[in-house]
Amino acid sequence: MSTIEQTAKYVRSKNAGPFWITIDVFFETEDNYQTAKQSKHLNQSTIANAYGVKGDLVKLFYLDDLRVLKISIPRLSPQGGKHERDMHAGQQYLEILDMEL
Amino acid sequence: MNVCKVFVPNGALGTGVDEKSFWHGIAMEPDIISLDAGSTDSGPYYLGTSQPKYARDAVKSDLSYILQSAHERNIPVTIGSCGTCGADLMVDMVGEICNEIFAEKGFTRKIAKIYTEQSAEEMAEQFKNGNIHALEGAPYADGKTFAQCNHIVALAGIEPFITALSSGAEVVLCGRATDTAVIAAYPIMLGFDKALAWHGAKIAECGALCTENQTEGGVMLTFDEDGVVVEATAEGNWCSVYSVSAHLLYENANPIRLTEPGCVIDTTETVYTQLPEGRVRVKGTKYIETPYTMKLEGSGLVGYQTVSLVGVRDREIMKDPMSWLDMMSGYVGKKLLKLGFDPQRYSFEIRPYGWNAVYGGKVPEGHVANELGVLFIATADTQELATKVAKVFNPYLLHFPTKTGVPLPSYAFPFSPAEIERGAVYEFMLSHVIELDDPLSIVRIESRY
Repeated sequence: MSTIEQTAKYVRSKNAGPFWITIDVFFETEDNYQTAKQSKHLNQSTIANAYGVKGDLVKLFYLDDLRVLKISIPRLSPQGGKHERDMHAGQQYLEILDMEL
Repeated sequence: MNVCKVFVPNGALGTGVDEKSFWHGIAMEPDIISLDAGSTDSGPYYLGTSQPKYARDAVKSDLSYILQSAHERNIPVTIGSCGTCGADLMVDMVGEICNEIFAEKGFTRKIAKIYTEQSAEEMAEQFKNGNIHALEGAPYADGKTFAQCNHIVALAGIEPFITALSSGAEVVLCGRATDTAVIAAYPIMLGFDKALAWHGAKIAECGALCTENQTEGGVMLTFDEDGVVVEATAEGNWCSVYSVSAHLLYENANPIRLTEPGCVIDTTETVYTQLPEGRVRVKGTKYIETPYTMKLEGSGLVGYQTVSLVGVRDREIMKDPMSWLDMMSGYVGKKLLKLGFDPQRYSFEIRPYGWNAVYGGKVPEGHVANELGVLFIATADTQELATKVAKVFNPYLLHFPTKTGVPLPSYAFPFSPAEIERGAVYEFMLSHVIELDDPLSIVRIESRY
């Protein structure tokens, strides 16, 4: 069983407005991209678990032309408040890396 | 006009237009210069205080190039989300900067200003009447939330820009607007395909981020009857199908459907084609009309913070940092209550960098840090109280031992005083839309010429 970290070329996270975080997983080869796309272990529910958010709010997009998997999740609290740990949500992709495919 | 060229010199006003690529772009003979000046990305502070993120000098420097070349070529300029947050004061600030430039350079252009700030009372009334709805993922808000915001802005679509340009404005300075409206307005006004105007604007609004060399120069959008062509304006830089199509991913929760005031742009059938000389043609995007709404942003004061940073190398602590910190929090937390501090008025947090400060969750089994940077944060309803709380913690951040019966240890404050007053903290309180019959009804356009 491989993980995202082993299969993806590059992963990044960023704010998509103050209430959402968006994570882009870039794959180098069609094979690796398809492994992720076909995986039953990578879904709304497992991602929601990894981030502690509600499953039905998790968005997953498979962009075949770019070989990119995009995941968008709601922030647990609005960006920049008194408990902010990561203003730009730049370091919120680590949880995806260990996910099994 | 069967071709319209929109020049986007860089991703944000005030980040430093690169001279060489700017003039290279101007030499391509644009019909308009359009530039986004704002974002929520750097947090709620700017909207909360109505202040700009970039230095005034930097904004003036960028504007000097833009206004000079617009004057020489006699072309219009559109700037959106002035002063980062787009509050009314920020529109006036950019207006003042323009007037300074005119005076210094000896020419003038007709300025129209579009104000998009909203009053809390009016928004509360609209909320009561059922015209304001929460977007997915919005924080809890009710009729009282609007009054808690220091500033509320609505995001302008293309209509106020078109109204201003049609009435003869040569420079349009808008408060908060969607990043795309500032670029899409002119081509749509001239009758070019709406879907591609919005889509082109989305590609170009961060400047060179849609090109292969992301730190160089800006972007030119050429609208024609066949769609839009995207190209880099820095010499030697170029656009590829990949760089242009991948840019839709950036800071965007949904890359297939882009929601704008009055429409949704669908990229499912978009086709990107590489053209010679580093240009990319975009076609096939669909425009879907929707009931007109404007997004609302609001930022309000939630407290003041004082922080202290202390460094730790102690090997006992490294074996189990959270036990040490939990003991310290518990001990000092009780002391604060004994001293009569009102727990309704303050709170504190301790975040160990090198352990789990950024994540906040569990650390991999067996991890042993070499050093820790312990960030202590006191939040209170006044700055004075936040600092008092931080001062109570001071001797414990400095000396708290891991066990009793040992000589008193000391840890590593870098500064004197240890406490740093961080200032006011704001939070985004609205992620809502307001339904409107008339796109111009809640913005104010001022044009004195």
